[in-house]
Amino acid sequence: MSEFILETQNLGISFGGLKAAQDVNIRIKRNQIYGLIGPNGAGKTTIFNMLTGVYKPTTGKIFLDGERIDGFAQDKINHMGIARTFQNIRLFNNMSVVRNVMVGLHNLPEYKCTVWESFFRLPGHFRAEKKMRERAKELLRIFGLEEERNNLACNLPYGKQRKLEIARALATNPKLLLLDEPAAGMNPHETEDLVKTIHFIRDNFDMTILLIEHDMKFVASLCDEITVLNFGTVLAEGDTKTALRDPEVIRAYIGG
Amino acid sequence: MKSLKRINYSHYINYVVIAVFTMVFSAISLAGGRLDSSLLFLFEKMAISIILAVSLSVVVGFLGELSLGHAGFMCVGAYMGGKLSVVLEPVLGNAVPNLLISLVAGGIVAAICGFIIGMPALRLRGDYLAIVTLAFGEIVRSIFLNSSDETFGGTLGLDTPRFDKKYLFIFAFLMVLLTLLIVQNFIRSKHGRAVTAIRDNEIAARACGINVTKYKLLAFIISAFFAGIAGVLYSFSNYTVQSASFDYNYSIEILVMVVLGGMGNINGAIVSATLITFLNTKLATVLTGDLAVLQNLIYALILIVIVIYNNAPALKSFRDTHNISLFIKKLVRSKHDPASIKDDAAKWDVVPTKIEMNEILSIDMKPQNLGSDKPSKGGDK
Repeated sequence: MSEFILETQNLGISFGGLKAAQDVNIRIKRNQIYGLIGPNGAGKTTIFNMLTGVYKPTTGKIFLDGERIDGFAQDKINHMGIARTFQNIRLFNNMSVVRNVMVGLHNLPEYKCTVWESFFRLPGHFRAEKKMRERAKELLRIFGLEEERNNLACNLPYGKQRKLEIARALATNPKLLLLDEPAAGMNPHETEDLVKTIHFIRDNFDMTILLIEHDMKFVASLCDEITVLNFGTVLAEGDTKTALRDPEVIRAYIGG
Repeated sequence: MKSLKRINYSHYINYVVIAVFTMVFSAISLAGGRLDSSLLFLFEKMAISIILAVSLSVVVGFLGELSLGHAGFMCVGAYMGGKLSVVLEPVLGNAVPNLLISLVAGGIVAAICGFIIGMPALRLRGDYLAIVTLAFGEIVRSIFLNSSDETFGGTLGLDTPRFDKKYLFIFAFLMVLLTLLIVQNFIRSKHGRAVTAIRDNEIAARACGINVTKYKLLAFIISAFFAGIAGVLYSFSNYTVQSASFDYNYSIEILVMVVLGGMGNINGAIVSATLITFLNTKLATVLTGDLAVLQNLIYALILIVIVIYNNAPALKSFRDTHNISLFIKKLVRSKHDPASIKDDAAKWDVVPTKIEMNEILSIDMKPQNLGSDKPSKGGDK
């Protein structure tokens, strides 16, 4: 148990000559809600992609709870304890809502069922399916999606799709939850709801959350600490209120 | 939970239909009843087509990858199983144990090929994978074509033991049942769900911790295993294996069965495999002499008509009212309340979101219009 749930050291990646991120040091304490902000093209999603193994960082190290995870495959990193949502919602559109969550539960040891057991429908298959379905329904109930559990995921309204994506990520039982612009495209009513949801997840799932967001009001009301990025480098970091007042940050956002 | 139970009944319909069919005809055959040999041959052909279509639909319909080399797996199975049965004939004779051992062995060798061809499938997708599988089918065929006469018969083909036609079709249909059992159980388990998740959104599946490599390979292996079994049956049904029969056209024909049946629809694949085989065999027997050239023309015309009927917008209202599945639903579910998933889905447009009066002025009323059908080009990935 290290002090920081996630720690990056001099994290950087370059695509050819373009340095998309450079010397990024992020330290997230347990149970924090941490924000990653910056103007368009600052490299926020690139960092998310490095943390989840979509890209291999060219320099630097990533530690999750004291263990080095950089260079691992995406599914391995998910097993280690990082789950994410996407900027453009990526649900399994042709599956029902409950099945979406059950895919998230796939790798947990308590729902283990070998391929042979499922080929021949041995008792292990039914046991695992029943337990998974119950757990998925429990998660959906928390997010107020239980009524819609047999609908196709693509038929849900936007706000509920976002919630379902978060529920699916939580189903993988992560230590750290990454949310990529969770409030994008939401109306104020839905955003308010989302703030409550995120607080609820932090408190009830004992979760650490790292999020990317453009809505400053949203960030200010939610995050304990933030890192501000610009052109792939860290512009400011620390306590949310102080970092947002930093003159460099204001210049990066409104120019001048 | 009611809706779940309702679906479960229909899961078993195809087993029941095929099992009853098999039992009736095997009873007639084994009781010494006279079944026309061309009818038995048609049954064998149908069973082989069903196995092929169902196994291909694992890769095409559920994994969502285009494979054009299914006849290649079949070819491997046919030669390996056929050769083994020839080798075993002096020991076991042309009896049931020989048949079963050859079937399993042919399937296993084909499954190994499936594993090998599944490897590039991890890096390639779409057209490129189609090209690789197509090449695989052709390579396998040429290898057997150029083999020496002692090993696999080369250009002459490999003669296989003559199993009694009286029971060969029974084993063919037992293999159909085995295929359905394994494939459907797999698809409806957590592992099958992982495979469909990869089809729906591979990036999200990876992010959910699904081991994409493992499941793509698994889908290819299952698909190839049953194609191999179909190949062995084919070799026994024809008494001989000719490498020329497993050409590109045969792969396409299997693909047509899957596509006509509807991607990811196993019952559809069964029906279309049966119909297409029936159609092909009937056309081949009815049109003889000079008319034989019309075979492919009529076959193509029928396929075109089916595709147009299934897709033409002008026929939509006709399709909605004259529909087999609707008819079956009416028969089976007349006692259930009419609320189906379709109605629930439609309700989303009607149910208003909870919005208080003072908020209405500032809120976009239709959040669902922002749905993710066509995601905006963001920085994501």
